[in-house]
Amino acid sequence: MTAPRAGGFNGAPAGWEVVIGLETHTQLSTASKIFSGSPTGFGAAPNTQANVVDLALPGTLPVLNRGAVEKAIMFGLAVGGTVAPYSVFARKNYFYPDLPKGYQISQFELPVVVGGKVPIVLDGVEKTVQLTRAHLEEDAGKSLHEGLETSGVSGIDLNRAGTPLLEIVTEPDMRSAAEAVAYAKALHSLVTWLGICDGNMQEGSFRCDANVSVRPKGQQEYGTRCEIKNVNSFRFLERAIEYEIRRQIELIEDGGRVVQETRLYDADRDETRSMRSKEDAMDYRYFPDPDLLPLVISEAEIEAVRAAMPELPQAMRSRFSEKVGLSDYDAELLTLTRATARYFEDTVDAGANPKLAANWINGDIASRLNEQNISIEQLGLKAAELAFVVQQVELQKISNAGAKKLIDATCSGAIAAVGRVEVISPAVFMTAIDSLGLAQISDASAIESIVEEVLTANPKSVEEFKSGKEKAFQSLVGQVMKASRGKANPAQVNEILKKKLSS
Amino acid sequence: MSLISDDIHRLAKLARIDITPAETVRTLTELNNIFSMVETLQAVDTAGLEPLCHPIATIHEMQLRLRPDEVTETEHREANMANAPQQENGLFLVPKVLE
Amino acid sequence: MTHELSPLHRQSLRQLRGALDAKQVSAVELAEYFLERAGTNAELNAFLHIDRDLTMAQARTADTQIAAGNITALTGIPIAHKDIFVTRHWRTTAGSKMLKNYISPFDATVVEKFKMAGMVCLGKLNCDEFAMGSSNENSAFGAVKNPWDKSRIPGGSSGGSAAAIAAGLSPAATGTDTGGSLRQPAAMCGITAIKPTYGTVSRYGMVAFASSLDQGGPMAKSAEDCALLLDGMIGFDAKDSTSVVTDEKYRTPISAALLAVFASASPTGASVDKPLSGIRVGVPREFFGEGLSSEVAQAVAAALAEFEKLGAIRVEISLPRTSLAIPAYYVIAPAEASSNLSRFDGVRYGHRATQYKDLADMIAKSRAEGFGAEVKRRILVGAYVLSHGYYDAYYLQAQKVRRLISQDFQEAFKHCDLIMGPVAPTTAWKFGEKSNDPVAMYLEDIYTLGVSLAGLPGMSVPCGFGQNGLPIGLQIIGNYFGEAGMLAAAHRYQLATDWHSRTPEAFK
Ligand SMILES: [Mg+2]
Ligand SMILES: [Zn+2]
Repeated sequence: MTAPRAGGFNGAPAGWEVVIGLETHTQLSTASKIFSGSPTGFGAAPNTQANVVDLALPGTLPVLNRGAVEKAIMFGLAVGGTVAPYSVFARKNYFYPDLPKGYQISQFELPVVVGGKVPIVLDGVEKTVQLTRAHLEEDAGKSLHEGLETSGVSGIDLNRAGTPLLEIVTEPDMRSAAEAVAYAKALHSLVTWLGICDGNMQEGSFRCDANVSVRPKGQQEYGTRCEIKNVNSFRFLERAIEYEIRRQIELIEDGGRVVQETRLYDADRDETRSMRSKEDAMDYRYFPDPDLLPLVISEAEIEAVRAAMPELPQAMRSRFSEKVGLSDYDAELLTLTRATARYFEDTVDAGANPKLAANWINGDIASRLNEQNISIEQLGLKAAELAFVVQQVELQKISNAGAKKLIDATCSGAIAAVGRVEVISPAVFMTAIDSLGLAQISDASAIESIVEEVLTANPKSVEEFKSGKEKAFQSLVGQVMKASRGKANPAQVNEILKKKLSS
Repeated sequence: MSLISDDIHRLAKLARIDITPAETVRTLTELNNIFSMVETLQAVDTAGLEPLCHPIATIHEMQLRLRPDEVTETEHREANMANAPQQENGLFLVPKVLE
Repeated sequence: MTHELSPLHRQSLRQLRGALDAKQVSAVELAEYFLERAGTNAELNAFLHIDRDLTMAQARTADTQIAAGNITALTGIPIAHKDIFVTRHWRTTAGSKMLKNYISPFDATVVEKFKMAGMVCLGKLNCDEFAMGSSNENSAFGAVKNPWDKSRIPGGSSGGSAAAIAAGLSPAATGTDTGGSLRQPAAMCGITAIKPTYGTVSRYGMVAFASSLDQGGPMAKSAEDCALLLDGMIGFDAKDSTSVVTDEKYRTPISAALLAVFASASPTGASVDKPLSGIRVGVPREFFGEGLSSEVAQAVAAALAEFEKLGAIRVEISLPRTSLAIPAYYVIAPAEASSNLSRFDGVRYGHRATQYKDLADMIAKSRAEGFGAEVKRRILVGAYVLSHGYYDAYYLQAQKVRRLISQDFQEAFKHCDLIMGPVAPTTAWKFGEKSNDPVAMYLEDIYTLGVSLAGLPGMSVPCGFGQNGLPIGLQIIGNYFGEAGMLAAAHRYQLATDWHSRTPEAFK
């Protein structure tokens, strides 16, 4: 095999068309496993989360987890697919030491979700990726090769065995690595938005396999495809596909032929290589699992899931722009994650002006999160607290600068909720505003008296202003603010000063 | 239909059972006898019939019962691994897995 | 009859209950008595594992419960389990070298239910490897001998259970039936057994052979004993997804109905001398064709005549696809078995080869060494019928034929309440007689396979003896959840006959 030439290109070269389909294994975030009552947490000591069912001890039987089914239904509804009223669990038979039963319980002919679509945007162009299906199955365990005293062996940890997976399969709809990544990102944000998957790619909660083939432009039939496995980041997905495209095109151009096979992406070498262990054409001998009956999903069950489903980002965006009156840009930013959207809505529900709340969240709050590299849930400012701060700004009780100081003090813990109350009460905030000296003077008569004092004390500046020097006005504003120790409402100061000077 | 010894090898490999040449010969005869008995199934007209998933489905529809998503298990690693042929640090040991 | 004078091993469960309640015997004494018999008759090879200390601990618990008056119908009565049911403490081998030293960390639901009811476990009973076989010759630990003739097979796969009951080594036993494994050994050993409706007895903790067919059931000396045991065995189990939810419409409360049968002198509306009047007994003509030995045909005919004497009405019926049950079964059962037995790979438990090149070789050698010939044969057949290109023609077609077979029974039950016929074409054969011809052995199951495929309840009731003095069984088949009616009819028959209380000379 010829090594691909150095110096890649993005997408296919002239004359070639790339065809990509993705299969994504999303771990469903249930408390217990798909067929047993074992916990599903990540990182536990080996085999401490594998019970007799997960270990496939003789005599054990599977019982399906309702939570996994509900999450699959929710996914089906979210992508506009058909939630199958009747689906069947089948056994996929193969031997592997991390597959305890010698078969994986999966769905084959009749999956739980059929069809559906995922919209993607790439370079401002919208496109829809069609889904073939999504099916429920169980995850396998892990083989570990390091840190064992015994030599020449692998260790088998079955904690992950039986974790529920939803395998989401697309049609061969993508035409470049960039499109494939855009789809993977869109899918990732959808499943995390729905809360059916934690999306943690490092821990393997969201794993993509890519089926890649190339064909001369204009050719109707697909080229021979290779399946790339073991891609655990969006960046690697892009690089693995690009490598594979180059490899296949160069192979064909050099007179070779693509062999249908499974290839593993090696991130260290940035290449894909054939998985010899899976080389012999697999005959999985699928058949309906006689330990499980058909999964029947009623219209009522679907409706119950629909009722519990969070509003989807698209719907939320248009609601934010149409009903709340936010700009498309603000609406877009607020719906990047469900946590942000929820924070915004909670802030508004707690009484904040929506536009002001959006400005604060997309501005000050966003840059705080960025600087500290934390999520909005980790920020030490609750939505109700932000709402109070925003209200005070709107009521002109504090200035923007004052508000920032108040948020600083809240996040740093300098202001804290009293007693058992979780949210800082208005009373505590008011005390803090006082003690930090953040209260803004908006009382017209109080400002008038300060202005009069300043005018009396600065006859020279008044003269200069009257002779046309605009700069003198700014200097007087500065003097008033100084005299009020920064607390005077600047807008009112401007207005009153103008009135006095022109009288 | 008749099997040949290559079929026996393929099946033995699929089923992960080591098979000796002598066993292959004997198994070939036995399986061919079994399949000639099974052949009578082919003549049955089953057009339009659904396969039977659970015997009781003959008389009324059967569907899967679901379990609430609750953790019901506590840790019993030692007891669960007591029959392991080889283990170390809570891991089942096997000859090196090549990927 | 002189029940009071008969030795403990010939007493019914009801008599043992009476003796325990009257403090004529203690649970400890009963357990000791039967363990002693098991020990002296070890040459039958019925038991695979006995642990006296474990048994005695359970017996002492039972005595405490009896003393406290905290009893069920079964408290203190000994039972032994087919080695297909997993047990904590006692080894569970499934008759296989693969699981030679395996000890389960949990009890099968059936084992647990009997333990909760206060029964005392005597140990584990021999069987064909993974319940695959009709002669018990497939046990890795040697065949069980038939108590009626030790040169003959006890039937299979629950051969150890049948022999233990026939020889009086235990008053009660569990067995499992996938294609006839409760009924055929019961017939061969002259005891009574019932395979209930599929889904009524939990499969949790039964080492799986063919999941859609496997069903546990009791084996004992009489229908009455089986009824008491079945009552303790059935019940919905949330751990088994195929366990049938007790549905108002379909569930005859088996226990209540059974106990009512035995409590009343005669069923309502029936006279004392015609207790079964009005009951229609269907006799399928396909069960009496070529291959049925004349001695079995005669004994079954006599039994049918006896049922008519008791008031039953004989109805000629047809089960046209009887012969198709054999090929359908020998596709479906091996297919499920090939997959069910994939877990035995030498990784987490079970036999591991000592010599191997690599991981794949370790698995292939462990399986080659751990499994016996019949098990391997069925795994290969199963792999074939599921493999690419053959699935539709074999597995799918067999499952459709299964529906036809099931529908035939439903059609038959429009004309009758029970179906009766032989359990097996012949009486017990000599060891080695059929071991070289698997297909010939498979054909022996012709009368039991259809019932298994349809998931119907079926029982075997002793109904006579052949020329060699070997017992013959009558098969009674009921409709779904019809166990109470079957057991009641069998009980009436056993009140009128004494075939079930005959005992082999050496074990009197
Ligand atoms: Mg896949
Ligand atoms: Zn998958």
